[in-house]
Amino acid sequence: MSALIASDLLALLPAWVLLHAAVLLVVTPLLSGPIALLLSRGRLAWAWALGISIITFALSLVLYAQVMEHGSVMYVFGNWAPPVGITYNIDALNILILLIVAGMGVLSLINGLPSVMQEIEPKDQAPFFAAFMLCLAGLMGVAITGDAFNVFVFLEISSISTYILVAMGGRQDRRALTSSFNYLILGTIGATFFVIGLGLVYMATGTLNMADITIQLQGQSDSRVVRAGFAFIVIGLGLKTAMFPLHTWLPGAYSYAPTMVGTFLASTATKVAFYAMVRFIFGVFSAGEPFDGALLELVLAPMAVAAMIICSVQALYQTDLRKLLAYSSVAQLGYMLLGLSMGTAAGLSAGLLHLFNHALMKGALFMGIGIFALCYGVRRVPDLAGLGKTMPVTAAAFTVSGLSLIGMPLTAGFVSKYYLIIAALERGWWWAVAAILASSVLAIFYVWKMVEMMYLHEAPKAKSRARKTHAKVPLLALIPLLILAVANVWFFFDASLPKGLTDAAAAALLGGGAS
Amino acid sequence: MSSSIEFWQYLTGHFNYIVVITLMMTGLYIVISTGNLVKKLVGLGVFQTAVFQLYITMGKVSGGQPPILEGVHESASGEAVATTIAEHGEAAVVAATEHGEQAVLATVSMAKTMDEVLVGGVLYSNPLPHVLILTAIVVGVATLSVGLALVVRIREAYGTIEEDELQEANYQHAKGALS
Repeated sequence: MSALIASDLLALLPAWVLLHAAVLLVVTPLLSGPIALLLSRGRLAWAWALGISIITFALSLVLYAQVMEHGSVMYVFGNWAPPVGITYNIDALNILILLIVAGMGVLSLINGLPSVMQEIEPKDQAPFFAAFMLCLAGLMGVAITGDAFNVFVFLEISSISTYILVAMGGRQDRRALTSSFNYLILGTIGATFFVIGLGLVYMATGTLNMADITIQLQGQSDSRVVRAGFAFIVIGLGLKTAMFPLHTWLPGAYSYAPTMVGTFLASTATKVAFYAMVRFIFGVFSAGEPFDGALLELVLAPMAVAAMIICSVQALYQTDLRKLLAYSSVAQLGYMLLGLSMGTAAGLSAGLLHLFNHALMKGALFMGIGIFALCYGVRRVPDLAGLGKTMPVTAAAFTVSGLSLIGMPLTAGFVSKYYLIIAALERGWWWAVAAILASSVLAIFYVWKMVEMMYLHEAPKAKSRARKTHAKVPLLALIPLLILAVANVWFFFDASLPKGLTDAAAAALLGGGAS
Repeated sequence: MSSSIEFWQYLTGHFNYIVVITLMMTGLYIVISTGNLVKKLVGLGVFQTAVFQLYITMGKVSGGQPPILEGVHESASGEAVATTIAEHGEAAVVAATEHGEQAVLATVSMAKTMDEVLVGGVLYSNPLPHVLILTAIVVGVATLSVGLALVVRIREAYGTIEEDELQEANYQHAKGALS
């Protein structure tokens, strides 16, 4: 039925929108960034950014309908045929990422207005939204493009604007500046590694079109140049994804950034880099993985497990709320990497499903903390005391998302962990199942730490708790949080939308190449 | 004797790559080893420049001309037609477009091998890696300027740009917040 509604809606749109939806998706936010810079007032820039991001989300829905109808969509620039010209390819895999990025862009903008007004100086507000639009455009570009060098350019557009966004937290806490610098150094090293790898692959193939690289690589999988290129690409993207030993930039960047930036990045940035990694490992290099699966089994899988256990333990010891969630993000990335490293359709599908669910739960948790910070200046775990009574709705939504993070039944987190365990059992990886369960137990502890503080501890006396500018919870900030909390429950009962996409994506990637 | 000659031939044949790898590792080492934030950015610059050289090296064909098309035939309708021979003269590719320059770029990048690109009987260097590196240089400049701006802000907020002193200041701050 929904397909019928979708096709009806598509018929209403002008033909040029349908034809150029793919490129408009990137160009709209990219061009709107500089315009946001010209708007003098912060609220005006916010309204502009929100309008553009809603258009972007609508365009990604149009593409979703097209992908549902045709299976995949290819946009060819200037009618230059693919191996020469640049293409945008949209299939089941990246439409999922596009929906997440565009959706979280809208929700975090709605949620972020009060906190931006409070945290960012008035003269910096318009540039803030300009950088945000560029970041959105960059993330969209990485996800949509079918040209390998384009991935690098868009990755850097999103990363450079992210460094700026993170550094804007410096007004609140000067550690944002050093975190941003640290991120800049590591992010640039990662991007440069990616370019080195790309150069080596280009030497071996003479092409940058992803589908064409796959064709040209056939029969070259034991070439030393290709192997070196592949290794550089995986390490480079691993840095951007915050793959376990390369994750040191993430906790600082997420916890000292302005609240809205933390929310948006936690639910999108590493996901997009992870998508690029999936695309390169299974899509571009599918014609015989250069290391015959040894990379997946001997490097990525142990790192994934190490991330799941070690970073969960680190999360347990954090008192700063956002740092706790940031370490938990690295641990959750471990689940996704574990799914990827299984190298089976079931594993990859489960990993991607967890990616979708993690965007929902981490987005909601960061929004919840943002609202607590807005009303009571909450930054650390003990500050949560008694908030279950004072802010019941926010606390409830926060708790639901926390349960989803653990993977409790009746929440979305359970579904993806369930599929992950099934996939691990199919693969015969008992140790992976043990690691998933152990990491989930650790998650119970660190989520419980927060929930216990909210519900079982009395609120401190009114004097000691300095109220900030907002006495009541701003409705604008609360609505996106509630939407995400409901989504966390909804996708337990009906996971057909993300599951359908991830299954199709995994089948397309592992069942005979990227074409 | 012959092995040492081969060795020298190998060295001279791969001279650019040896330079690239040396520069690359030097840059990365500077980034990791130094505690001064500006020096870190300098190291990052060296590292990135080495990658630019890697791309430029692979685009160069020995004896190759700059990729400017000679012998474009203007047809009566004003359309330029370039007849080109790619892939060692085995396959003839005919590209007809409105502009002659575009036709060259298209056919040159269509060639599948890096070693020889023959267009209209003339050997051309591959321009695509050079174009890519123009983009990468712009990205590098943007990163460097954001990095330097951050260093200025860090200097304003902390009064130092030495990494160990910054870590000490952050540590003291965290300790102060706990007590």
